[in-house]
Amino acid sequence: MPPTVTLYFNHFTSSVTNILETHHLVKQYADHRALDDVSLSVPQGSIFGLLGPNGAGKTSLIRIVNQITAPDAGEVILAGERLKPGHIRRIGYLPEERGLYKKMKVGEQLLYLAQLKGLTEKQAMDKLKIWFVKFDIKTWWDKQVDDLSKGMQQKVQFVATVMHDPDLIILDEPFSGFDPINANLIKDEILELRDRGKTIIFSTHRMESVEELCDHIALINRSHKVLDGTKQAIKQQFKTHTYHVEYQGTLTDLPPAFTVLNTRTTDDGFTRTNIQIPPDAAVNDLVRHLLDRVTVRSFGENIPSMNDIFIKAVGQTNA
Amino acid sequence: MNTTILIIKREYLVRVRKRSFIIMTILGPLLIFGFYALIGWAAVSSASQKKIAIVDESGQFSGQFKDDDELAFTYEKQPLESAKKTFVKQGYEALVFIPKDVIKQPKTVQIFAEKNVNFNLQNNIERAISKQIETIKLKDAGINQQIIQDAKVKVSAQTVNLSKADQKSSNSIATMIIGWVCAFMIYISVFIYGTQVMRGVMEEKTNRIVEVIISSVKPIQLMMGKIIGVGLVGLTQFLLWITLTVTLFTVGSAVVGDKATRGQQAMQTSGAAGAMGGQATVEAMNSPEAKQAQQSVVADVMQAIDSLNIPLIVGCFLFYFLGGYLLYSALFGAVGAAVDNETETQQFMVPITIPIIGAIAISQFVVKDPDGPLAFWTSMFPLTSPIIMMVRVPVGVPAWQLILSMALLVLGFVGTTWLAARIYRVGILMYGKKPSYKELSKWVFYKG
Repeated sequence: MPPTVTLYFNHFTSSVTNILETHHLVKQYADHRALDDVSLSVPQGSIFGLLGPNGAGKTSLIRIVNQITAPDAGEVILAGERLKPGHIRRIGYLPEERGLYKKMKVGEQLLYLAQLKGLTEKQAMDKLKIWFVKFDIKTWWDKQVDDLSKGMQQKVQFVATVMHDPDLIILDEPFSGFDPINANLIKDEILELRDRGKTIIFSTHRMESVEELCDHIALINRSHKVLDGTKQAIKQQFKTHTYHVEYQGTLTDLPPAFTVLNTRTTDDGFTRTNIQIPPDAAVNDLVRHLLDRVTVRSFGENIPSMNDIFIKAVGQTNA
Repeated sequence: MNTTILIIKREYLVRVRKRSFIIMTILGPLLIFGFYALIGWAAVSSASQKKIAIVDESGQFSGQFKDDDELAFTYEKQPLESAKKTFVKQGYEALVFIPKDVIKQPKTVQIFAEKNVNFNLQNNIERAISKQIETIKLKDAGINQQIIQDAKVKVSAQTVNLSKADQKSSNSIATMIIGWVCAFMIYISVFIYGTQVMRGVMEEKTNRIVEVIISSVKPIQLMMGKIIGVGLVGLTQFLLWITLTVTLFTVGSAVVGDKATRGQQAMQTSGAAGAMGGQATVEAMNSPEAKQAQQSVVADVMQAIDSLNIPLIVGCFLFYFLGGYLLYSALFGAVGAAVDNETETQQFMVPITIPIIGAIAISQFVVKDPDGPLAFWTSMFPLTSPIIMMVRVPVGVPAWQLILSMALLVLGFVGTTWLAARIYRVGILMYGKKPSYKELSKWVFYKG
């Protein structure tokens, strides 16, 4: 293949399939390096989990994408173009540290924020009406933010993040402060936005919501990207080749290649054993061996949870 | 719409709509008006006539105390001892006793009263008696009445500023007061509106709204938007105060004008009566000489104001108000960005408040010596010039000094704004870190 074609192909992939790319980002503060050579690709239409322990550099990365700060090296590409001030309109950002003007009325405040994003007053009004109906908060328009509960304020904040119809939505810990009902509402909203072709970058410590929502993941630890890919691929990468079996009877003569990790008795009288097999062994051999000796109630592979992967990956890089 | 204008609009509207702004705007002129109304009322009410009894043993003073709007004199024939017992019951405010040998021993005059003797009353009586003694002694020395009358001339010196081409007379007290009032207004407004900027920045930071805003606009836009917005609030308040005060005084003087004029007349005539002393008659008070004496006080002030270059003073006031406000509010904004809460502001407020409080302190010396080296240097230094120069301008400042001072002030606020913006953009995103001066200086040199 001639090189020109390769170039064309590269360009094609970056402008269409990835809404956001970062190339070798470096952010240096006086006494520490917040980001060190971080390259990421966020596919269009994905829910992208940006994970990492506290102080890993997630917020620094998000602030660079939002043009709040500038990187010391590297570049950010949004929808095929180098990041520029005009891109602000295409990004919606819900920071972890968030708030509203307490003494301002809800409607007025949202209009103001929308206009700062570049909408005209009329455009902002039209979009806001839709959201106020959708979230059933029409009566809040003339209320002062002070008079709303924290959960209500969060809803207003979410509207502020998405009202200008951005292509890329960055949510930093979006569920903190929400009760389960409102958290569900926001979750449904996130899924709906994804279905409409929007991309959501989702930074959180709550692994169960990552498990539930994200299809792509990147893990940052100590200023470095340590992991990224689709959720499936990462789970595959971190699988331990261990299986669990619940049975009645006595398990004997297990071939030496198979290792029993632990055994315990369940509450209802079954025995539960975790067995590790060599990576190149066939699972069916284990199943066949089990079937000949014990009464099997259940059998399955131990798939690592995002929580396990997080702890393991962070632990490995810290070691 | 330009985002900076949007920010200015919000900052302005939020503050102007506040109840406290509306209350202050209405209350300010009302307080000023009320203060003047009180003075006017006091003048009118004190003008009620008081009865004074006189026991004149010398017999030299009969007919020498003339009644006016304030005081009515009655000559009592009874001796001092009995008069002392009865004068209060008879409705007299005070009893004046003039002994027989008052001409030789003038210190023996006594005033009796139930309450404390009014200072003005004492003054009037003392002056009337001494004038009369003077006249009697002069007459005894053989000088005739006409010469004595001619010799009593009221002198009011007019100071003339030679540097003014038209040589209008100037009044140094009036110019001093005007300069001081301008300087003080700049001082107060820099403080009030500077801290408003600081509070606004802190509100955005502690409410965590700043990160949302900063993802839409540049930090410098947010900072400048706030500074300009608050500055416009200040200008609005000044304009409303001036308009309201003028309206109140126009309406007020139309309503109570009649009374006030009478009060004023009473004050003036009593003053004149005192000055004219025993010789003064009712006719004398209406004489052209007396009228001139009254008018010349008013004329002095009017002339002083007339002799000042009002457009220059107003222009300088606006320039130095704006310059001083911009310079200081940028610094106040930087402090607001650097800290997490009100208590932490203290350590950073000190270096900002010292020059401005220092300037107001220095202005007292500058008033006395408006062309001295202290006045010169402090009116060049941008941190003190908005206050010191305003003290000097009404007195008269060489053009080159004014231009240099203004240029330095512009440089000064460009400098502080640049410095403040550097601190601001880092500070507003920095939480839970108690910054030191060392830390702040690092922020100034952060990239991007």
